Amino acid sequence: MKKKAPARLRKKHYFGRGAMFVLCAVFAVLFLLPTVLTITNSFMSEAEIKSNYGMIFATTTGGYVSKTVNLKFIPDKVTLSQYITGLIKSPEYLLKLWNSILLVVPIVLLQVGVAAVAAYSFTRWRGKIRSGIFFFYVILMLMPYQVTLVPNYLVSQWLGIINTRWSIILPGMFAPFSVFLLTKFMRRIPYSLIEAAKVDGAGEWEIFTKICLPQCRSALYSIAILVFIDYWNMVEQPLILLQDADAQPLSVFLSSINTGEIGLAFAMATVYMIPSLLLFLHGEEYLVEGIANSGSVKG
Amino acid sequence: MDRLKEKNRMKRQDFLRSLCFLSPSLIGVGVFFIVPFGVVVYYSMIDGVGSRNFVFIENFIKLFDNSAFLLAAKNTLHFSAIAVPLAVILAMVLALMLECRIPLKSQFRTFFLSPMMVPVASVVLIWQVLFNYNGTINEFLALFDIAKIDWLQSDHCQTVVMILFLWKNLGYNMILFMAGLANIPKELLEVADVEGASEWYKFFAIKLRYLSPTVLFVMILSLISSFKVFREVYLLTGDYPYEKLYMLQHFMNNTFRSLDYQKLSAAAVVMALVMVVLIALLFAIEDWFGKDVEG
Repeated sequence: MKKKAPARLRKKHYFGRGAMFVLCAVFAVLFLLPTVLTITNSFMSEAEIKSNYGMIFATTTGGYVSKTVNLKFIPDKVTLSQYITGLIKSPEYLLKLWNSILLVVPIVLLQVGVAAVAAYSFTRWRGKIRSGIFFFYVILMLMPYQVTLVPNYLVSQWLGIINTRWSIILPGMFAPFSVFLLTKFMRRIPYSLIEAAKVDGAGEWEIFTKICLPQCRSALYSIAILVFIDYWNMVEQPLILLQDADAQPLSVFLSSINTGEIGLAFAMATVYMIPSLLLFLHGEEYLVEGIANSGSVKG
Repeated sequence: MDRLKEKNRMKRQDFLRSLCFLSPSLIGVGVFFIVPFGVVVYYSMIDGVGSRNFVFIENFIKLFDNSAFLLAAKNTLHFSAIAVPLAVILAMVLALMLECRIPLKSQFRTFFLSPMMVPVASVVLIWQVLFNYNGTINEFLALFDIAKIDWLQSDHCQTVVMILFLWKNLGYNMILFMAGLANIPKELLEVADVEGASEWYKFFAIKLRYLSPTVLFVMILSLISSFKVFREVYLLTGDYPYEKLYMLQHFMNNTFRSLDYQKLSAAAVVMALVMVVLIALLFAIEDWFGKDVEG
């Protein structure tokens, strides 16, 4: 039985919640600011960008450069000229975008695939050795990239895949993050389901494909989104392992766009944001579910 | 006797089956992470890839004499020591605020998560606009008669990166805390309400107790993200930034370019060791704290 709070207390709560709402709103605006800026600034003409940020990204090519910096949200005149330059006039950007897709899509599919099989093994069979291996995966998952950078480079050299896409795809394929997360999801499948299938004479592979996978469809989706977002924005790996500029993804190329073409950079960044934005809006519930489940290390 | 044999056979079969399912991942991890890391450990103890003389800890001694490494380690430590606790506390505050049943809760959640998808390049562009000497922040501060600050070329540079780090990671951490808060038994909080416990008491005596595993996990995660933020620093400032921003990432990148495998390997081994010790320490603390909550 819940006792009703006295009226005085309730009023206080009401006020407190109002204050929190305002505080949250302020935070939300600050958080959204960079995203909104990127999108709105992509609709400005190069001249307008120059007059706004000329001080910072001054180029030797001249043109009007203002004395101060104006952070502007709403373009004076909405123009698609940056998009036309980026997407139609110079095929370069589309090519890099295609490179990004060629790198990230295989990584997502392969990593989730390998992880599903491994997670099934960690779910179905337990033992000292296997929990030891699982713990090792957790440690590996938590290693910063600076530590794995050198090993990564060495292996790519030995296998002769340096400067090819495989030098990024293969290590990505075996990254332990998905294994860890998927195991936690799979361990929630009621054991009676698996037991029942076994009694009916189903083999392990059948149990895996017909019971386990359908049961954790949403988990697979949420992990795929997390992996996608992570690799879509990668910078270090391609910089070190893919020195051939033609093969580099747009995430790297965006950061090297000439300082004279800031407007173009904003437009291409907006284009680049679209896939993650769509995934984000479509699968936010799954994404949140995925993050929430990564929250404790014990399975 | 037969039954025992049968049981053993079954056990062995189970083990083999589990190995079958695990093997693709295990082989991949072995080839791409474990074996090469072993080689890195080996490299860290020899005097050169050509001569291969075993020198044991000489490379490590050299590394700790290297002023660039010491500077990078010091800056990194300084950064993480401030940024990680901030990331934990602020994320918890955000989660607690959203838990108060305020309107538009799910929209706020979306907004706080949105930095996850912004490409690094545009983050860097916007940070340059905001924190330039003639940038927006300084103009804003001028309204309050505060003198211009050269954000990236002064001792304030770590603040700039810290803001970037918090902006990027608070949303993710907040979700973890919200999940942790959802796991607290409702009855406990209701009893506390009935007994007339204050909000502060409820927070310290109940919520924080139950959140302690989450706190530790978020700490580990933030520590790792604090290493990841260096790619933004790198793009923001280039190879040789203001002294206080010279991080381990810079050291590794610059060493990498000169192909000094010994120095590089020794640095990687030291970092791995530090990480393992930190993670083990945090796990031990979690075990120690978690005992009275789990049962």
